[in-house]
Amino acid sequence: MESNLKVIDKKVERRTFLKKIAILALAPIAFGLLGATDKLKTVKKWMLKNGYVPSNHKWGMGIDINKCIGCGRCAVACKNENNVPKVPFFFRTWVERYRIYENGEVQVESPNGSIDGFSNLSNSNRKLLRSFFVPKICNHCDNPPCVQVCPVGATFIGEDGVILVDSDYCVGCRYCIQACPYGARFLHPETHTAEKCTFCYHRIVQDKVPACVEVCPTQARVFGELTKKSSPLVRFLRMNKIGILKPSLNTEPKVYYANLDVEVK
Amino acid sequence: MKKIWHKIPEQVKRLSVLLIVIVAVFIVANSLLTPKDFGLVGHYRAGSIQENADRELKYAGQEACADCHDDLWKLKNANYHKNLSCEVCHGPSINHTNDPDQFKPEIPRDRTFCVVCHEYNTSRPTGYPQIVSEAHNPRKICVTCHNPHNPTPPQAPKECSACHAEISSVKSVSSHMDIPCTKCHVTTEKHRLHPREFRPTKPVDREFCGQCHSQSAKADKFIPRINMVTHEPRYVCWQCHYPHLPEAQ
Repeated sequence: MESNLKVIDKKVERRTFLKKIAILALAPIAFGLLGATDKLKTVKKWMLKNGYVPSNHKWGMGIDINKCIGCGRCAVACKNENNVPKVPFFFRTWVERYRIYENGEVQVESPNGSIDGFSNLSNSNRKLLRSFFVPKICNHCDNPPCVQVCPVGATFIGEDGVILVDSDYCVGCRYCIQACPYGARFLHPETHTAEKCTFCYHRIVQDKVPACVEVCPTQARVFGELTKKSSPLVRFLRMNKIGILKPSLNTEPKVYYANLDVEVK
Repeated sequence: MKKIWHKIPEQVKRLSVLLIVIVAVFIVANSLLTPKDFGLVGHYRAGSIQENADRELKYAGQEACADCHDDLWKLKNANYHKNLSCEVCHGPSINHTNDPDQFKPEIPRDRTFCVVCHEYNTSRPTGYPQIVSEAHNPRKICVTCHNPHNPTPPQAPKECSACHAEISSVKSVSSHMDIPCTKCHVTTEKHRLHPREFRPTKPVDREFCGQCHSQSAKADKFIPRINMVTHEPRYVCWQCHYPHLPEAQ
């Protein structure tokens, strides 16, 4: 034992020992600092040309079913704003009419996505229990099935929570159209790429609301930030009884419905 | 060292050279073909966010209209169409805000436009103003009577059915068809002009219906009578009977 201790004493002087300890202790901190400054730089750097920083926002929409009159102005405005082909089957947003009859029968219809209007005629001889309009749109899920299945990384969830499509990258395989549980996507007949609601991304980066929210005559649609207390959407979520579509799928939609009926799927 | 090299079989050496070449080609191709901004903020091309943001605007937004048309803006915001954006009726107008002289927004004047929102529909929420256009001044253009920026009716509607179309159509085929609305609802004259501010009353107790339907009532003999004491005394009448169609099950 004695001889061993002597050997250690001879080989390591106090000065060198302390130096090594100091270097060992400081090295990880220095590396950590370097990494942190690097990260700060990328966060600060990434913004759009007009100064819009996606990571500062978190967008969502609220829809009050009791206010919707089924006029279809939202679907018209959406087609105008986003150059969606003006024929049926291609919609970024549309309105459905639900009719629930005495025997539990449920009829859902959306003639030309509500643009053609809804008829009062019914092909059921049962008594109508209740009836209402449900505007539909991409739910901008926090856990989006369409993004998971895209084989080329052409659709993605941005830092502001909006699901966008990179039409340069899209190969038109329609996998995302199959995956969307809300039927919110379609293949553009001319470009042959997937298309969907972007919350009118070109409008919201300029502090304007999406076209459907702009034209809604009864303010059935509310648009705003989910994380800022002053936003109209946060007030909407506070003041109403809120439901989401297909909660069992755990897609975590960011489109919230007030006064949602259990029959709405 | 040399011994180990000689021990490795010839085919393993060749295959590993091939593997290295394939990996090298993959790395080079991957770095050349992947856009520089891919993965900058996430597993996607950051530039496509800019492309999505660069699309053209079509709707200017109602704040843009207020800058020049502040008289119409104030009039609209003081009346029933205050929640309506200008471009609902006048169409997408970013061209007009950019060049007001060359591009004029559309002004819908025919009867087909207003009824998009105001035609009577069973699915529309109650209280929303609706008309049956076949019966409502046929062939007259809406703007001859209603100023679109201040759509208050020029003359107060005389009949309750003007606004409460569904109730009146149901009541007209019921055994209550001869009872005027004002028998049960005390309605002030102001309700015609300001329907939300001055609401009509509703009956509050069983005794109201008992005026006709109790056994001691001094009403016509053909009216069905019930024993007010034994007939479901814990409920008020309209929890089971719909007063506008009492024969419904």
